[in-house]
Amino acid sequence: MIQTFFNPEIIVAAWPIVMSGLWNTILLSLIVVPLGLLGGLILALLASIRHPLVRWPLMAWVDFFRAFPPLVLLVLLFAGLPFAGLELGGFACVAIAFFLNTGSYYGEIFRAGIDSVPAGQVEAARSTGLSRMQAMRYVVLPQAVRNVLPDLLSNTLEVVKLTSLGSVVAVPELLYEARQAQSVTYNPTPIVMAAVIYFLILWPLVRLLSRLENRALAGRR
Amino acid sequence: MGGWDRFVETFFNAKVMAKYLPDILSGMVVTIELALLIVVTGLAAGLALALLRSLGIRPLNWLIIFIVDLFRSLPPLVIIVLMYFGLPYAGPSPSGFVSTWLSLALVLMAFSEEIFWAGITSIHHGQWEASRSTGLSYGQTLFNVILPQAFRLTIPPLTNRTIAITKGTALGTVVAVTEILGQASSAVSNSYNPSPLMMGAAAYIVLFFPVVVAARWIETKFAWKR
Repeated sequence: MIQTFFNPEIIVAAWPIVMSGLWNTILLSLIVVPLGLLGGLILALLASIRHPLVRWPLMAWVDFFRAFPPLVLLVLLFAGLPFAGLELGGFACVAIAFFLNTGSYYGEIFRAGIDSVPAGQVEAARSTGLSRMQAMRYVVLPQAVRNVLPDLLSNTLEVVKLTSLGSVVAVPELLYEARQAQSVTYNPTPIVMAAVIYFLILWPLVRLLSRLENRALAGRR
Repeated sequence: MGGWDRFVETFFNAKVMAKYLPDILSGMVVTIELALLIVVTGLAAGLALALLRSLGIRPLNWLIIFIVDLFRSLPPLVIIVLMYFGLPYAGPSPSGFVSTWLSLALVLMAFSEEIFWAGITSIHHGQWEASRSTGLSYGQTLFNVILPQAFRLTIPPLTNRTIAITKGTALGTVVAVTEILGQASSAVSNSYNPSPLMMGAAAYIVLFFPVVVAARWIETKFAWKR
């Protein structure tokens, strides 16, 4: 059992490959998380214009990407766009797909946050002479973000986990490199290594979240 | 031929679409089967774990918390790959369908256990004491007093999580499950035409868009007024 799944020789041999995969996963996360946050913020700010002509198409946009599996979006970009003469490469496809998909999720969270700030706050801010933008930036957003921080963190955890989809379009992140190492060594140890690394990195975040969520749900009664 | 015609000819080619429609439809059946299996087993297992946890047996609870944390922190695709490519080295070789089903059911179990547990603990302890003192047994208290209230609280987070995980059935394509994406991808490589992929995308929208809209409705219906 140990020889098969935790083979020390293979751990040593696969270490550099798996580590370079880990590094790419971290890099990828550092790119796609801010990208998703940016997309979400844009969507939420647009949604704060409470005009039906803005709100309904926006809701349809968000629901569309909530209904669409991220992997399908990724494959569509990666395998479909070349037929239109546009070859983007795995990395760019991941970035675009994440901007659209996770942006929609972040957008919903930001929107809920902005809605949670009482209207009186905006009115008070506006009456002290702040412009609409200033009121949003200095009064509404800071409170909105604080109110939905657990949801933002939870979505970020999902986004980091989702970077493993990059392996399907040959982005050399942790899972991809582990699978490469597995197919060379004919041994599942590298995949187990990848799983252990994901677990060690994300466990603290999961612990923190589970505390925050329990508190939030219990506090609602 | 103008640019638009060429675009339609490439991405919405009627001939290719007609040829591969049966494949996409059979993919839809597999996706639905997989999704239903995941939802039913995942939620049942999650509820079972939450109920076990409510018994308050320390070592058992630590084990449950560890399992839940494990499946919350591992990416679903990693679990699927591990099960499909790793497990055969130890003996059992589950098919792609079974690997995807079990992996996603375990993930849904972990997330739903957390949500059910939060629901159960959010019911004030006085309710337990009051119910037990009127002569209800532990089981009666749980099923007739605590759970009905807990469920109401858990429905919005639960529907969202369930949809997100069920969408993961597309991951099955990595381990050769013939669901929508798998069928569409192989049709693209057979026909050298992206139209099947567009059909596949449409199939996902047909399946999941109504669910997302329904979830939004449920969310507002069960929202707690502050």
